[in-house]
Amino acid sequence: MTGAGSWSLGEQDHRRITEQLNDLLRESNARCALLVDRTGQLLANAGDQLQFDPTSFASLTAADFSANDQLAKMIGEPEFASLFHQGEKESMYLADVARRVILVVLFDQRTTVGLVRLRVKQAVGDLAKLFEEMFQRGADGKPALPSLLEGADDEIDKLFGD
Amino acid sequence: MSLVNFTSREITCKIVYYGPGRSGKTTNLQYIYGRVPEDRRGRMVSLATQTDRTLFFDFLPLELGSISGFTTRFQLYTVPGQVYYNATRKLVLQGADGVVFVADSQIRQLDENIESLQNLQANLLEQGIDVRTIPLVLQYNKQDLPSDLILQVADLEEQLNFRMVPAFGASAVVGKGLFETLRAISERVLRKLSEAQPA
Ligand SMILES: Nc1nc2c(ncn2[C@@H]2O[C@H](COP(=O)(O)OP(=O)(O)OP(=O)(O)O)[C@@H](O)[C@H]2O)c(=O)[nH]1
Ligand SMILES: [Mg+2]
Repeated sequence: MTGAGSWSLGEQDHRRITEQLNDLLRESNARCALLVDRTGQLLANAGDQLQFDPTSFASLTAADFSANDQLAKMIGEPEFASLFHQGEKESMYLADVARRVILVVLFDQRTTVGLVRLRVKQAVGDLAKLFEEMFQRGADGKPALPSLLEGADDEIDKLFGD
Repeated sequence: MSLVNFTSREITCKIVYYGPGRSGKTTNLQYIYGRVPEDRRGRMVSLATQTDRTLFFDFLPLELGSISGFTTRFQLYTVPGQVYYNATRKLVLQGADGVVFVADSQIRQLDENIESLQNLQANLLEQGIDVRTIPLVLQYNKQDLPSDLILQVADLEEQLNFRMVPAFGASAVVGKGLFETLRAISERVLRKLSEAQPA
């Protein structure tokens, strides 16, 4: 697996990722795109305003993908690199990016799964490069995190306060 | 696997409630959901069987507020405790920043607790994580049951707490000891995160 590393998303990274997502949406005519990490955290999104709770959506996406990963292994496939869920009006296409992140694209009748698939394939390649770069850069380029313990007690109190 | 977003100045950590079947993991999250102010929590998602046993996980996002200028979020998950759900249990455990082990204090559940602790250790190891290094807190739940049915906290300490981690007697149905548990794991997770990314 991925080891216990934590993510840090710098401003530059975030901008480049969002640009990629916007390109993808423009060229595929899809409605919106989300990037979710394998533990279910939303990294970025682009396109139409989301009509649902993005946090639970992200956690279910990761669960969906990882359950399917295990199913793939059981039938002797290393992975399912992508998943397609077809609805009457809304459909979603999910694709693995560099084994760390999941790209989710929501689309409707204004486009076709063929076009989405084609364009996602390209985006996955570009995003994978971007993420590989980020991993390699590792901790070096990251801004420092202040001590998180100061003030934490107060906030925890407020959360649990009667 | 915590996520630090320096653009939006957000930190997100994943805390997993682990333990044998019916020990009270889901009840922990349900109680917390009911007590935390509405603006501090998101939707609770439960993937359960028709008999209310956890099938995949429960999920509850909490917002801790602003800590050192970062909006800090905790995502609480429960695993399915039943032995034969180990495949999904492993998936939920992936990327955990901290673990709360919810033990069932009932005397007849002692073996189940030990087995589940061993299972936690094995599943973490499979992900390359040493149980001694991940933030861990124990909770001895169901302390409200008649005393002839349960082990006292001191006995449970001896039977289960080999690593001398923080431990709390609790009753999830009435909410006793739950916030103490969550506070202890929160502190440990945040401390570890600060150490991992020195200022
Ligand atoms: N007496 C008592 N009963 C409890 C307590 N906490 C939970 N229970 C009961 O124990 C049963 C199981 O609780 P759950 O929270 O569903 O257990 P779980 O650990 O999520 O179980 P799985 O999903 O199968 O892993 C329920 O009937 C609860 O009401 C407690 O502190 N005291
Ligand atoms: Mg449960």
